[in-house]
Amino acid sequence: MMVIEAAGLSITYGESKAIDNLELQIPPGIVYGIIGPDGAGKTSLIRAFCTLLSHYQGTIKVLGFDAAQQAKTIRAAIGYMPQRFSLYQDLTVQQNIMFFARLFRVTKAEREKRLELLYRFSRLQPFAKRLAGNLSGGMKQKLALSCALIHTPRLLILDEPTFGVDPVSRLEFWQILHELKAEGISIVVSTPYMDEAEKCDLICLLHKGRILQEGTPRQILASWQNHLYSLTGSDLHTLFGFIQTKLPGSELQLFGNEIHLSCEQEIWEEQFRAWQQEFHGLESWNNIAPSMEDVFLAVMKSDTN
Amino acid sequence: MIQTKALTKRFGSFTAVDKLDLEIVAGEIFGFLGANGAGKTTTIRILCGLLRPSSGLVRVNGLDIIKQSDRVKQSIGYMSQRFSLYPDLKARENLEFYAGIYGTRYKQALANTSELLELFGLNRELDKLTSDLPMGFKQRLSLVCALVHDPPLVFLDEPTSGVDPQARREFWQVISTLAGKGKTVIVSTHYMDEAEYCNRVMIMQQGRDVASGKPAGLKQRYKVEKMQDLFVKVLEESGVQIG
Amino acid sequence: MFRSGRMLAVAQKEVFHILRDPRTLMIIFILPVLQLVIFGYAMNMELRRVPLLVEDLEKNSLTREITLRFVNSGYFSVIESRGSGLQPDEPLRSRIAQASLCFPPDFGNSRSDLQLTIDASDPNTAQLIQAYASAIINKYAAENGSILDIRPLIMFNPDLKSSFFFVPGLIAMILVMVCALLTSISISSEKEVGTLEQVMVSPVSPTEILLGKVIPYILLGLMDALLILAVGILLFHVPFRGNFIIFLGFTLLYILTALCLGLMVSTIAKTQQAAMMMAMAITLLPTMLLSGFIFPISSMPKILQVVTYIVPARYYLQIIRGIMLKGNSIAQLYQAGLSLLVMSVVMMLVAVKRFRLKIQ
Repeated sequence: MMVIEAAGLSITYGESKAIDNLELQIPPGIVYGIIGPDGAGKTSLIRAFCTLLSHYQGTIKVLGFDAAQQAKTIRAAIGYMPQRFSLYQDLTVQQNIMFFARLFRVTKAEREKRLELLYRFSRLQPFAKRLAGNLSGGMKQKLALSCALIHTPRLLILDEPTFGVDPVSRLEFWQILHELKAEGISIVVSTPYMDEAEKCDLICLLHKGRILQEGTPRQILASWQNHLYSLTGSDLHTLFGFIQTKLPGSELQLFGNEIHLSCEQEIWEEQFRAWQQEFHGLESWNNIAPSMEDVFLAVMKSDTN
Repeated sequence: MIQTKALTKRFGSFTAVDKLDLEIVAGEIFGFLGANGAGKTTTIRILCGLLRPSSGLVRVNGLDIIKQSDRVKQSIGYMSQRFSLYPDLKARENLEFYAGIYGTRYKQALANTSELLELFGLNRELDKLTSDLPMGFKQRLSLVCALVHDPPLVFLDEPTSGVDPQARREFWQVISTLAGKGKTVIVSTHYMDEAEYCNRVMIMQQGRDVASGKPAGLKQRYKVEKMQDLFVKVLEESGVQIG
Repeated sequence: MFRSGRMLAVAQKEVFHILRDPRTLMIIFILPVLQLVIFGYAMNMELRRVPLLVEDLEKNSLTREITLRFVNSGYFSVIESRGSGLQPDEPLRSRIAQASLCFPPDFGNSRSDLQLTIDASDPNTAQLIQAYASAIINKYAAENGSILDIRPLIMFNPDLKSSFFFVPGLIAMILVMVCALLTSISISSEKEVGTLEQVMVSPVSPTEILLGKVIPYILLGLMDALLILAVGILLFHVPFRGNFIIFLGFTLLYILTALCLGLMVSTIAKTQQAAMMMAMAITLLPTMLLSGFIFPISSMPKILQVVTYIVPARYYLQIIRGIMLKGNSIAQLYQAGLSLLVMSVVMMLVAVKRFRLKIQ
């Protein structure tokens, strides 16, 4: 059974359409990533899945239950981590977890067990008595995750959980997610960080309320059909101008100490050498693999066309 | 452009920045990477003249940060996208305000930034209420406001958070052009990919410089392919627990 | 170094903020006008339409004349007694009238004394009542060349102590303000900080949340009430002539009303600041001016009198003055109590309806 099924889903805020006639089916037991920049509609989609939206068109089924009619059942079975830190800054770590345990009516016996488990995961035990407001960004995320897990949900829905968090904590967080997956919890994550896409089992690229592509990260990277080269030179700005005149239709981007050149046809070794003859400022050229961002941009572009 | 020698900042018994030696040349794009609490935010605040160093030398644009802080502030532009624009003012009015507090006449400000406004397509949006502008335009406006007084040095704080990839690339094109014209750009970011846009980066940990240099060179030295992996490796080797 | 150009840039920006913020404009223009109107009409040191019970045990032309004078004066609203032989203070105790005038049998012949009983739980009005009533009677006497003997009986506050008057009023005012403020920020602060979203996704219902939030404040409110009461009795020597349990019960009801008011505000206001301002606006001024705390309701224009019906303090003032000064029991207080109960329920329903656990 799919953990989430959406059909003909549209979400409108006044004049603008946040989600446009979306179809989605998320299988159980995996980490599913909703990848997209700000304004793509990620938060709207996530809120719809969590039964937090009052108006939408189409149908949404979460764990087999209808989001509009059976919201309470769904809420008892999912764990949600919203985008902004949504816990009580003036309660301690333990008090926060206990509050949500009671809200979800976790029995006293269960509570102790869960708390032990969650502390093991999050390594927050030494901070149990610290006020949530005094935790670092990464620890806050782990606390929020613990509160979302206290009632042993089958499905975890996270909205940009690592936003603004330092890279080390981010890595740690993703490790925890994969550990959770190993325990059988299905996970749906939204993120604007393209590099996190590669940490998911299945992803969809969301842009302006529509899914542009769906597949495993590898499939999506493989679908990229252009060629990407990295060029270096002593004076990058002039080199930039030079390449622009040579290949007016291509994508050029300055990256610190190199230029990335993306074009549809392959550029042969001879071509580069010829250019070097003409413009001595060109020092080196290398074929490089595209990043998720490169693929996203290409997909976005062909979608607009 | 920027030099620090043995820069130290202490908050009580806690040392936030520990004898930092920094050298940033004009026309460079320099990135500060690091976890929170590593000292990167504190360092930037000191360089902007917002915090006094406890000890050590800091020279910005040839000026001493303590003795000539007013003039230093005049030569710095600061872009903090999330906080610097007033949503209930029109775009034009935001520009006017920032021009005003930097002592620049509005006409002069427009002249300073006309190319940028044109490039960004902001010329047509000047009379819109800032809160009505889409995210990408807000980001661009924020940058323009940081440049009204044509400063030789610009600080960018998480400059592309929340912006779509296309706008992000275009933004960095502009930054590169600015650097090409001789402006020094300092970036502070959590987004490891952003480090690739920089000429040099510095990773800080516990107030110290644990790794600095060109991104490509660092990746080679630590034998990693991606910036995220570089970060992790560097911190691992400097004794920080991961995972 | 100070630069005027920079200063002016900041000033100009402030002007834009002010012009674009409806709240500031409201404070500058609408609020003063509103206050002037309410103050102007509510603040009334004159006497008008004070309910006066006339007990005529003689019923001759003399008593009729005098009664007519009272009727035509405009100061009093005359209620004819049904002659059930009630104690003179009973109608005052049950707030049927604020003063009563009794003509004894054989008035005009063998007797020329009248009994004027005045409810002095509001000593200022009591003094005015005494003065005006005496003036009317003496004027009549002078015109007719007779001497009439006015026997005043000051009830509930024989020394006309002002503390008897303002302490109960203060209890009413402080309680409603504090309780409304407390709950007004409880929901709006969670909205602002963002914690509400996390709670929303649990199976909790709006009613559970709202009731759960009210409970601790009921206890706090009660403690507050007892504190003020203690100070009033010990420091200002205000009497407590009624039943303490009844006082607790009705005070609890009043606290509940104030808390529900705050909750309702909390579901309407979008930010904490707005919620606090709304709560203050709805409680402070109306309680001070329109509850009968300082200025008698009977003297206000009809429109304002209607408005007082939705001021909770109006009812509680009757209750607390009734208990502390008049020794009222449930029989005299149940109507006021019922009004408070109805108000609480209505406001709670509004709050629950508005407090949707979904994002619009």
